[in-house]
Amino acid sequence: MPEAKLAREVILARIRSSNPPENDEMRLIQEWMGIPRPFRKKGSLAAEDRLDLFEDRLRDYGGGIHHASSEIELPQVIASAIAARGKRKMVVPPEFPQTWLPPGVEILKDQQLSYAVLDECNGVITGCTLAIAWTGTIVLQGGPREGRRALTLVPDYHVCIVRADQIVELVPEALEKLRSFGTRPITFFSGPSATSDIEMTRIKGVHGPRVLDAIILG
Amino acid sequence: MNISLFITCYNDTLFPETGMAVVHVLERLGHTVDFPRAQTCCGQMHYNSGYQNEALPLMRKFVETFRDAEAVCIPSGSCVAMMREQYPKMAATTGERKLVQDVEKLLPRIYEFTELLVNKLGIDDVGAFYPHRVTYHASCHSLRGLHIGDIPLRLLRNVRGMELVELPEWDQCCGFGGTFAIKNAQTSAAMLADKMKNILSTGAEVCTAGDNSCLMHIFGGMHRQQANVKTVHIAEILASTEDTSTEKVSARDASSERALMQKGGGA
Amino acid sequence: MTVRIGWSATAPDFQDAAKVSLENAQLRRNVKYATDVIRAKRAKVVNEVPDWEQLCQAGSAIKAHTLRHLDCYLLQFEENLTRAGGHVHWARDADEANQIIRGLIEQYGGKEIIKVKTMTSDEVQLNRDLEAHQITPYETDLADLILQLSQDKPSHIVVPALHKNRFEVRELFKEKMKLPDLGDQPTDLTDAARRYLRQKFLSVKIGFSGANFAVAETGSLVVVESEGNGRMCLTLPDVLISLVGIEKIVPTFQDLEVFLQLLPRSATGERMNPYTSMWTGVAPGDGPQAVHVVLLDNGRTEVHADPIGRQTLHCIRCAACLNACPVYRQTGGHAYGSVYQGPIGAIVTPQLQSMEHSQSLPYASSLCGACYEVCPVKINIPEVLIHLRGKVVREKRKHLGGKLDPENLGMQAMSYIFADAKRLEAAQRMARFGQWPFVHKDMISKLPGMLGGWTQARDLRPIPRQSFRQWWRKRERKPNA
Ligand code: SF4
Repeated sequence: MPEAKLAREVILARIRSSNPPENDEMRLIQEWMGIPRPFRKKGSLAAEDRLDLFEDRLRDYGGGIHHASSEIELPQVIASAIAARGKRKMVVPPEFPQTWLPPGVEILKDQQLSYAVLDECNGVITGCTLAIAWTGTIVLQGGPREGRRALTLVPDYHVCIVRADQIVELVPEALEKLRSFGTRPITFFSGPSATSDIEMTRIKGVHGPRVLDAIILG
Repeated sequence: MNISLFITCYNDTLFPETGMAVVHVLERLGHTVDFPRAQTCCGQMHYNSGYQNEALPLMRKFVETFRDAEAVCIPSGSCVAMMREQYPKMAATTGERKLVQDVEKLLPRIYEFTELLVNKLGIDDVGAFYPHRVTYHASCHSLRGLHIGDIPLRLLRNVRGMELVELPEWDQCCGFGGTFAIKNAQTSAAMLADKMKNILSTGAEVCTAGDNSCLMHIFGGMHRQQANVKTVHIAEILASTEDTSTEKVSARDASSERALMQKGGGA
Repeated sequence: MTVRIGWSATAPDFQDAAKVSLENAQLRRNVKYATDVIRAKRAKVVNEVPDWEQLCQAGSAIKAHTLRHLDCYLLQFEENLTRAGGHVHWARDADEANQIIRGLIEQYGGKEIIKVKTMTSDEVQLNRDLEAHQITPYETDLADLILQLSQDKPSHIVVPALHKNRFEVRELFKEKMKLPDLGDQPTDLTDAARRYLRQKFLSVKIGFSGANFAVAETGSLVVVESEGNGRMCLTLPDVLISLVGIEKIVPTFQDLEVFLQLLPRSATGERMNPYTSMWTGVAPGDGPQAVHVVLLDNGRTEVHADPIGRQTLHCIRCAACLNACPVYRQTGGHAYGSVYQGPIGAIVTPQLQSMEHSQSLPYASSLCGACYEVCPVKINIPEVLIHLRGKVVREKRKHLGGKLDPENLGMQAMSYIFADAKRLEAAQRMARFGQWPFVHKDMISKLPGMLGGWTQARDLRPIPRQSFRQWWRKRERKPNA
């Protein structure tokens, strides 16, 4: 496709005509490394305060919060969270730990289930990759306990297990970690779905899961 | 200290009493004021309206006229902001080393009137007396161009007899914006209407500011509405003392103008 | 080359369009209410960040650096995305972009697409083009859905239907979604939108998006959103096409540490927006298995070539400048006649069109500086506005008509007068004399011509009998009188 190639060459040539001609890779890297970043790169809170901050921020968005002090307690805590929401049929990622499964809940394992089947589930239970205290954010990166993106999107209710040691304090810390995990798709979520489109007021619940419960483990 | 006054073109023509008040305050504080006659305009109107080429000779003229000044006092925040923000860039475009250096050397000696008092002369009480209810409008160029902060308020708080009331939405533009008020007259008038509503809500008799351009705009709207609020440049409030303030409060009241002229004239 | 920025080329001048908006009391109330809410929220969450200023500085520095090496970073992006299974296309202008996108949709046999909010697609008027070719675009962002259903235009770059309040939205949904009993609570409205779009999300095979950021180092795209409609469009379809302006590039994944902090707090006054999605080409077994990215120029290289105008390309479209702008807050966004409104719209719209259209926009500002103060990437908007005014004046003066324009003549006269103090003094005398036909009861209430704009709503004091310099001269003559 010569036309397509032409467009590319024309755009690049236009940019080059106004950029310094001595552009080269080394200079580029040096210059990038020289960009001052005098903002906070590492948090300073103790683990407990970090956890408090995370919970506080998440609650602010309208997310529910539960605690399980150990993996032994976990299934029961998950079960009661689900029961409190009046939900029954939950889907989990294929490699979700058997020992975490809540009793008394109908569980479906995601084996590339169709969207229609996902849509019929009441909710989904997953783990997470990490969480950010400063912004009350949970991050998924398609890990074995998280599954593919559709799984945490189509069902209307999300129960997410966050290990206390997965919580970092600041956004830069989160990105540094994520970077080392490769390029699988990443989803940040901060509370349940919401919109500010009507009168600039945050209204909970549009297309994404409208209900979120975080279960803090540990 | 020997202080050179740059009165600005519009104060010279339209608000002579502001200049008189500046002279009065500075002399009262024991300084010598001089007024270089060759001065005209800083070039702001031309520059901001897109006539940058026409602004350049005006900058040259300013630099030439004030090159040797110990300190330059300018009772207009927007003109000072223009000089600090644009003069270095304007000089750079000419490619003249000498001009760039001259501008660089002159700028640190340039002060907006209240900056001069507080930052350079270290005074925040000029011994003024002004028995009125007053609200202060922060002009955009003083606020965001000069980052003047609470300097004017510090001076005003020390004026005896005065009741200073906070203006709601004090950091909002009054809608003047030079040629904006003419080119986009309706939008400007809508902004002015909000400003006036806020001023009236304070119940102040007087609205003051460091820029007569905003005050002219606010006055124009108030007068049209027949609202009973006067607009007075901060220098005139600071010039007022027990002797002068017996006159009725007025921005351009023939008697107060005359009184100031006599005072300033060393009567 | 047809650089097209929405309908800007045929939009009326700002001052004329503004008159219409200013007369719409409901619209003004809505805009004022919404911008007040968002300004307060932004101020609160920005003030709680101790290193906000440092983040802004870094954001600006990263953008400036990227633009200095934009060619290298675009090529890096292309290489890395291609390696990750994506396809990169380049579009010089609006028509080329539309052609590429339409070609892809046809290639995959699609008749409809689901769209997540993209201003670039409004810029190239993609929907109009698709509809002309019997392809149906479904807008899924709540605000865009409102606009699509009411055939209205966006008035804000983050909240495009900001000019409508919830009662107006309810009336619209009642009619268009056939829901006669719809309530007016915000959740009634979001529920209605959810039901209306749900089946589309689960069934349409082609998704369409823009991107907030494109990461050169990895070939990833980033979309920041709230409702989850973005995630739906990015995840559920088989094919994903994204239209991305070339200025959206950031060098590395790490650089997002700055922008993901700046954007949500500036845009919606939230610590973090509900959802951020990042994807890198194709992920086996997860999301669309055909991923296309169209890199769009459409005038951006022209802006890039102007040393003062270039900072315009730093913009992360947070709209903080709109919310802060006293002009925008009076007129709302429609008066700007562009898909980009407010202060950023006033500088980006005319520049993308090589200053050939939208020449009234650089004047739609009192230069109060509120925009520059809140901009998280430190775009000196007043500086660019003044620079563009200079361009407009220079362009105008190339023609005789422009030379004879009263403003130009006035400015020339003033520069002649200001060149010499004696001339100034003579002019002051003449003006004092010349003003008398307009002075009544010591006040000027009506002026002719251009200056009449002033006296529409304001009086003017006459020029006093004595100028400052006259007073000074007298005083010097009689120092101890
Ligand atoms: S110019 Fe700055 S404040 Fe305005 S939208 Fe762009 S980034 Fe935000």
